[in-house]
Amino acid sequence: MVDFSLWDIFRNLLLAARWTVGLSLVAFVGGGLVGLALLLMRLAQWPGAQRGVAAYVQLFQGTPLLMPLFLAYFGLALLGLNVSAWVAAGMALTLYASAFLTEIWRGCVMAVPQGQWEAADSLALSFTEKMRHVVGPQALRIALPPTVGFLVQVIKGTALASVIGFIELTKAGTMITNATFRPFTVYACVALLYFALCWPVSAAARKLERSFKHGR
Amino acid sequence: MIQLDFMAVLAQWPALLKGAGFTLALSGTAAVAGLGLGVACAWARAWGPRPVAAAVSAYVELIRNTPFIVQLFFIYFGLPSLGVKLSPEWASVLAMVVNLGAYAAEIVRAGIDGTPQGQWEAARSLALTEAQVFTRVVLPPALGRVWPALVSQIVIVMLGSAVCGQISAQELSYAANLIQSRNFRAFEATLIATAIYLLLSVGVRGLLNWLGPCFIFGRLPGAGR
Repeated sequence: MVDFSLWDIFRNLLLAARWTVGLSLVAFVGGGLVGLALLLMRLAQWPGAQRGVAAYVQLFQGTPLLMPLFLAYFGLALLGLNVSAWVAAGMALTLYASAFLTEIWRGCVMAVPQGQWEAADSLALSFTEKMRHVVGPQALRIALPPTVGFLVQVIKGTALASVIGFIELTKAGTMITNATFRPFTVYACVALLYFALCWPVSAAARKLERSFKHGR
Repeated sequence: MIQLDFMAVLAQWPALLKGAGFTLALSGTAAVAGLGLGVACAWARAWGPRPVAAAVSAYVELIRNTPFIVQLFFIYFGLPSLGVKLSPEWASVLAMVVNLGAYAAEIVRAGIDGTPQGQWEAARSLALTEAQVFTRVVLPPALGRVWPALVSQIVIVMLGSAVCGQISAQELSYAANLIQSRNFRAFEATLIATAIYLLLSVGVRGLLNWLGPCFIFGRLPGAGR
């Protein structure tokens, strides 16, 4: 019989937390890139982009995150691909993050005053120039606080990857519980580690928001 | 060649229907109790004694910065060692109430903060008690102001309840899981469950947007004008 000290539990959870951080970063960066591409498609008014992206956003905002995770996991296997939990979780969370980020950023772009768009148009700037020099920098400032805030949602979202067998903080907690029979302690530690990851990000988002409000 | 067989899943529609009903029941219970908890917390944070206000703040921060699934596991697997044994269903409801309560507290607080100073003064000058001022004058318009955010949060909690299948609460995603374990149509079962969730979230959003003005903050002075 092996005995587990509190430190053993905590140390193993801490090691597993690396994967939570890794998956969060992959999903956040990947989701940011896809979200930006979707946003630009919408702003450039590609035919069908407006409706297509709106439906895409509605799909992810109106269904549980568990569903895309399962769909990626089972669906890719159906195509004959032998997907690891990493790929499935990374893909599902990237798509999820892209849907939310593109919608957040669209709101920020829309918050740039109409006169700025018109001024850019009247200077005959191309779409790229308009985005790069006029709308982009202003929207970026507005977008920073909610984007950082959404990172918290992504970190919490990665906990669901445990359901398809991705070994991150939550899954590690389940496994350690099965070995130690101390669910209370283990899940309290898991929650504490998530809190330690998320709280600084939340606080940063709040601070950015406040400084943004006073900065105007 | 991939062959999708949706009929194999749809043939088991009673299980899906029951699951969807269960999801709605869980969410309805959690929405009512969670809103109540949220209002109580918002009140305690603003006017409660200092230790209570601090405790509420800690609760709100703790819940908002940890994943729902961990809260659920803690309640279902962790609490029994303190002697609190809950069925999967009650553990799910409790987790959803605790979760919604924290978010609702923050949202309701924002609504209360937006109350014009004159309303307070007017209510006090009519010699209403503190409790009357809160429940009759401040709260209804505050809820009205933040109702869209509350509706969104309730929908988020409903969608979050998909996780409750993991502790074998028999809601919609549990039903989909059960079906795929019988016929191995995992992709189709999940796709259909996704579609049902989408319908549920659109329906619940519509219902709450109608319900709020009618019943919860409807009898406002000025609302009918």
